[in-house]
Amino acid sequence: MTSLTGAGRVVSADPADPVGGSQDRPSGRSWRRRGSRPPTVLLAVSALVTLVLLMPLVFLLVEAQGAGLSKVLSLIDRPLTGQLLWNTVRLTVVVTALCAVIGTGAAWLVERTDLPGRRFWAVLLVVPLAIPDFVISFGWASLSTDVSGFQGAVLVMTLSVYPLVYLPVAASLRNADPALEEVAMNLGLGRLRTFWRVTLRQARVAVLGGCLLVALGLLAEYGAFEILGYQTFTTEIFTEFSVSFNIPTASALSLVLIVLGLLVLAGESALRGRSRGSRVDRGAQRSTGRHHLGWWTLPALAALALLAALALGVPVGSAVYWWVTGTQHPFTGDSLADATWHTALYSGSAAALATVMALPVGVLAVRHDGRLRRLLERGNYLVLAMPGLVIALSLTYFSETYAGGVWYQTAPMLVVTYAIMFFPLALVGVRASVAQAPPGLEEVAHSLGLGRLAVLWRVTRPLVAPGLAAAFCLVFLSAVTELTATLILVPTGVQTLATQFWNYQQNLAYGQAAPFALLMIAITAVPSYVLGRFFDRLPGRAAGPQ
Amino acid sequence: MTTLRTPALRILTVAAVVGLAGTTLTACGGSSSAASKGSITLYSGQHEQTTQSLVTAFEQQTGIKVNVRYNDEDTFADEIVTEAKHPRADVFYTENSPALDYLQNKGLLAPLDQSTLAVTPSKYNSTAGDWEGISARVSVLIYNPSLISESQLPTSVLQLADPQYKGKLAFAAGETDFQPIVTSVAHTYGQAKALSWLEGIKANAGSRVYPDNETIADEVNRGAAAFGVVNQYYWYRMQAELGSGAMHSKIAYFAPQDPGYVLDISGAGVLKSSKNQAAAQKFVAFLVSRQGQEIIAHSISYEYPLDDGVQTTAPETPFSQLQPNPITIPELGDGSNAISLLGQAGLL
Repeated sequence: MTSLTGAGRVVSADPADPVGGSQDRPSGRSWRRRGSRPPTVLLAVSALVTLVLLMPLVFLLVEAQGAGLSKVLSLIDRPLTGQLLWNTVRLTVVVTALCAVIGTGAAWLVERTDLPGRRFWAVLLVVPLAIPDFVISFGWASLSTDVSGFQGAVLVMTLSVYPLVYLPVAASLRNADPALEEVAMNLGLGRLRTFWRVTLRQARVAVLGGCLLVALGLLAEYGAFEILGYQTFTTEIFTEFSVSFNIPTASALSLVLIVLGLLVLAGESALRGRSRGSRVDRGAQRSTGRHHLGWWTLPALAALALLAALALGVPVGSAVYWWVTGTQHPFTGDSLADATWHTALYSGSAAALATVMALPVGVLAVRHDGRLRRLLERGNYLVLAMPGLVIALSLTYFSETYAGGVWYQTAPMLVVTYAIMFFPLALVGVRASVAQAPPGLEEVAHSLGLGRLAVLWRVTRPLVAPGLAAAFCLVFLSAVTELTATLILVPTGVQTLATQFWNYQQNLAYGQAAPFALLMIAITAVPSYVLGRFFDRLPGRAAGPQ
Repeated sequence: MTTLRTPALRILTVAAVVGLAGTTLTACGGSSSAASKGSITLYSGQHEQTTQSLVTAFEQQTGIKVNVRYNDEDTFADEIVTEAKHPRADVFYTENSPALDYLQNKGLLAPLDQSTLAVTPSKYNSTAGDWEGISARVSVLIYNPSLISESQLPTSVLQLADPQYKGKLAFAAGETDFQPIVTSVAHTYGQAKALSWLEGIKANAGSRVYPDNETIADEVNRGAAAFGVVNQYYWYRMQAELGSGAMHSKIAYFAPQDPGYVLDISGAGVLKSSKNQAAAQKFVAFLVSRQGQEIIAHSISYEYPLDDGVQTTAPETPFSQLQPNPITIPELGDGSNAISLLGQAGLL
């Protein structure tokens, strides 16, 4: 995208340079200290995090060596491979595009307009992320058998992952600088053009970050596609792993996913360009004026209601239906409570851990931009393109080979695994929020005599808080329904909601499985609600039409 | 400069530390309740509730504690190989024999006690004596009478590739239950014919690839598919779940001795690396004992116990009246040939 009015005009849409061409900042981006040396500690911690995250890749390389090139080539050179690649690519493109539109549109409605019941929508819109694939797919399949193959996969995946775009975009819009929009409107840009050229550009980093998560996640998705009978590269990898018990071959094929992941990352980099979407005018939150929807209120509400009905109504409805019709056995309340407690404990710890891990990497990426450091940060996203089975097996392998198997199948290892698997989700939230906190503010506070910690606490924290909360929430919701890695690493004798649900569903005991599905959905409503509350307590939230 | 009242960062950090500490504590305190009689770890790919009943009875009888993990048996097989240096599993209990055969070929299973092996007819055990048959299941046709009449059903597995069944047939190529049928067809008719047969049924199935037998049973019952190939117990489990009133499907068999009429074995073995050999051997012996077989017969997994002195309670065709293809367990093997054929046909 080109800047709003070209160089030398009064307004520039580059959020890093809202006043355009100011004399003491010729580049408009000098505050980013391109190439400035980051603190050694920050660099070391980030490098360590990245190393941990790339462990599965090392495992794949080690294992794939055992397959032999000719075997791998013969596997790739089969009638099915072209079809699998085509299936994987077209699904990724279509679902990512749909999620971008739906997620961004919904975030704008909730954050930037006077839509009625905003807090209610803010909670409802993120819950679909926490519904297990099986529940969604089965719910749709029981409504209509047409929901299968490509169209079915597009429908089901879009409805379950659009929150990955919605959450970071909402956090970013909530924090964006309203002055830009005002200036644009005052200069006579229409509402639509203002949205397109100003609002969307402010949220661009978040939109692209969300799309990156969606696209990479689709590469590694397995459960939903298996149920929908849609074959992708990953379903094939699972077949190699589990039907043929062929770890070396499956690992070699997984490396193809890594290549696809790299392509996705390159695409996102190209689209993002050099935009960082940071505000530099000031640090204090000012009320973002809300657009008055007027007679658009009803259509907007109808659209969100339709989205909620499709994404939530169908799966919840089918779970309730099984609960009512299942006749095999009464379920026991104590196992339900126990599974809920363990699920919340593991997912909550993992979400906190991932967010803390993402902080140094996010700060490094945004504040100390440089080719090598960017590479360091981007490498972390690759973990998302690896199926859960690969990650669990790789941690098993490292624990067995280098740690005497000490941590294997213990709760801390499961928590660390979740944190690794969903680290990129946390990183996107953290990135978006660090981008909103220009270091200039900290320098000013510093020069006014505040100590380093005090600056962090009083200046940086309020600015980055929404993004951190979004990061926590994303990881928590995703960890709740994780199944493949959980089955391998959960402590013996412990059940989570997802594993117990799987046990019953495997045995066609849908009536017993249903309460576990409903509880998974229910416990995600809690962080979603907290998130909504949290945003509402931000300073300067007095909403009003412009 | 306003600040929040919620100290988000501090809360997050504290939560991470507390959470990790908490999970560490529960990890250390949770599993060390080893009884005086010792304990074993069981990796089970079998029906959860049946396994649980067996474990409870075994614990009461022997005082040996059994820690159970549940997962797909094929994932377990990968896991056991990956954790070979520090094994956790003492006993591996599966729904089909290929996963056991695979571990046996890797030399990871210990020979079972001769006295235990003698309990089950030898044709249902591993020839090497490293794992034992516990119960049996048989492949059947499940069909929806409102969409296809019994007389229109195929009597031979080869007819599944007949164009008249295009769009009517449901099968799950990725299910471990389907491999024995492919192996059996190849064993009877040779590789080339098996491959063209697979290509034929692929054409009949169209674009709908079924993930598992549960889905086939469900869709045939709902009338979304006319008929499918599954193991017999899927129908009975579905009936137990939905009640007889909601059953709109029926079971039919292939012609006696047809290659599609396959008896498949659920078995168990002891890991060579187990440090609790005696207790692990005891558990396998319990599975084939009269008490263990009775539990299997009366459970809701609806499999056939291999002890001919025990009858199932389900209204199934009695085991003695089944007329499956005479293919042997060694001939069924580890399924690798079936997988390669399915791959060549573009089904896997």
